[in-house]
Amino acid sequence: MTTIDTHATGAATSSGVRLSSVADWLTTTDHKRIGRMFIAVSLVALLGAVVVAALLGIERIDAQAAMLDINSIPQLFALYRIALTFIVLVPLLLGIAVAVVPLQLGARSLTFPRLAAAGFWTWLVGSVLVVYSIAANGGPGGGNSRFVGLFLVGHIVLLVGLAAAVGSLVTTLLTARAPGMNMRRVPLFSWSVLVGALGLLLVLPAVIGALIYNYVDYRYGRVAFGGNQAINDWIGFGFSQPATFVYAVPVFGFAAEVIAVASGRRMPMRGVVFTGVGLVGITAALGAVLQQPADVSRNISHMSLGHWLSDVLPYALFNLLPILGGFIVIALGALALRGGRPRLIAPLVFGLLGALMVFVGILASAIYYIGDAQLAGSVFEEGTWLYIVYGAVLSALGAITYWGPKLWGRVIPDKLALPLAALGFIATVLASLPYLIAGFAKQPANASQFDYSGPQNLWNGLAAAGHVLMFVTVLAFIGLAARSFTKGAHAGDDPWDAHTLEWATSSPAPYANFADVHSVVSAEPLLDLKPRRDR
Amino acid sequence: MFVGTAVGCVAAGSLIGAMLALWMRLRTDALHSARALWIPKGIKVPMVPANTMLLAFIPICVFSQWAVYAARRDARSHTAIALGLVGIIGLAVINAQAFIYARMKLAVNAKAATAFNTMFYALTGTFVLLLIVGIGFSAITAFRYLGGRTTDREIVSAHALYWYFLSAVFFALWFVVYVTK
Repeated sequence: MTTIDTHATGAATSSGVRLSSVADWLTTTDHKRIGRMFIAVSLVALLGAVVVAALLGIERIDAQAAMLDINSIPQLFALYRIALTFIVLVPLLLGIAVAVVPLQLGARSLTFPRLAAAGFWTWLVGSVLVVYSIAANGGPGGGNSRFVGLFLVGHIVLLVGLAAAVGSLVTTLLTARAPGMNMRRVPLFSWSVLVGALGLLLVLPAVIGALIYNYVDYRYGRVAFGGNQAINDWIGFGFSQPATFVYAVPVFGFAAEVIAVASGRRMPMRGVVFTGVGLVGITAALGAVLQQPADVSRNISHMSLGHWLSDVLPYALFNLLPILGGFIVIALGALALRGGRPRLIAPLVFGLLGALMVFVGILASAIYYIGDAQLAGSVFEEGTWLYIVYGAVLSALGAITYWGPKLWGRVIPDKLALPLAALGFIATVLASLPYLIAGFAKQPANASQFDYSGPQNLWNGLAAAGHVLMFVTVLAFIGLAARSFTKGAHAGDDPWDAHTLEWATSSPAPYANFADVHSVVSAEPLLDLKPRRDR
Repeated sequence: MFVGTAVGCVAAGSLIGAMLALWMRLRTDALHSARALWIPKGIKVPMVPANTMLLAFIPICVFSQWAVYAARRDARSHTAIALGLVGIIGLAVINAQAFIYARMKLAVNAKAATAFNTMFYALTGTFVLLLIVGIGFSAITAFRYLGGRTTDREIVSAHALYWYFLSAVFFALWFVVYVTK
């Protein structure tokens, strides 16, 4: 069979990247560069967003004292949610996908690369507008009407940019696969990206539609949508559950892929893993778009058929099926690890812990919608959201560690990255779990002043410590990655003994990725070429 | 190109679908409120131009399919005429929408304004934006074809797909906004 001339002679190499001018970067259509720009900017934004999260966490330790201006609290909460979701989570995973997916598919480039590049710059401009407008007293709850309007426009621009890049990615996945790579042979990560991207194609325009209404109403009439105080009520579904499940779907694909590589064997029941990933993405996207209230608050044993259909069925569809999907992926991953002899590599630890955290977030979200738990309006929702966002960030750091050699040509040392995975895991649990507990004690969401029985200082102090630890983790990771990718050891073409096509080309991958792509006859074309072991 | 256009149509469909859903929700809320008022008093939604717009999408679909048919048979002049007609009728649809705006005299910041006022402009304005994209698509397709890239037939099919999509969207919009109001 297969695969490829691993050292392209005709294609230009990326050794001149450091010498390339700013204009080259500004006008690049190389998917690896576009992806790296998404990754770099969203990692820097992550630091800023975690600082805001830590400030809000510290502010809530003593609910009676005010460290921050009380009037700015709603805006800071809005910035915290929007930044971590649309300026960090989505573009970070999208950037990794843009950089990696064409390589995995055996494609020479993205389809519509200029659209993806335009998407990056549009997203960047929109992100700057959103942050600037909130800083200038705009945004949800803002007092300056001009900047509230600018916030809405900036948010639309930001989402249009993301949607453009997603459109390019979906088209690539559907049309630019190597010969012989049918959908069953698509790598696990690419499959999860396809599922997540299709979900994004449904969710992002729905948020844009709500924003257009809000903007026109805010700018001209202010009769329908409640002005600046109610913006989050209309667009909040875009950065809460189950929409965030959609954004985090690639986490499961990455975990499955890295588990197979680390355990040195094919993923068992690959089709079932595909189904699991699909279940998470499709049900979550439908849940986010349909906005069907999924609330089971009646005694199930006394329910009529009508109540079953109106309450229990949507709840099961949009909350239990994603759990089933996540469970399938994790269970089969565990099976693969058990059956093989897994190597303890940093991407595996990052990926596994990240997927587990996202799974916990999905589980907790199902509890949130049980009416009798009386969690509505409490910080419980923030806890579930943080599990998903920080879990996805952990997974993204693992993906950067894993594919870094293919994008930068150098490796991050495992012994330095592994402690960061552990630190990130502790940070995620610390930042999220206390809010789940405080939610049961009815600590209100998005509020800095409250009073409830229980050790409120402890829960909020632990959560603040979690955010600070996450800041340390991300800062240390950025430092480690910057150092490793510029001065670290050169990577071989296949440093992880991996299975998929991207490892068939040189490290770093050249401009057009592959000199030649032959027909693919299995889902693990590289594994087929290696000496046969116990697979 | 064809798949990319289909992907774009899915996204635009989600956008308009979400906006129509919000429209219906706020309309229901308004009609069940104490004022029970959705369309402000004295405002009449002109049906004739709206129906004309709907009918205009029939020749748009026919001509865009004519372009595909002609391109497959390398009939360059027929393809160009068909694409041009699609663009011109698209412009006429925008003109009809502007006529509706002028006839309704719907002030967004009037005291008697309801949610209908701003939502009408937001929804129909977004559709006009999609129409402008469609006319640009027709122009680019025509220029590419007239410029000699006659083997690139996929873009003509993608162009037709986009206009079919716009026709379906307008049918939904016509029913929700102009018929049920």
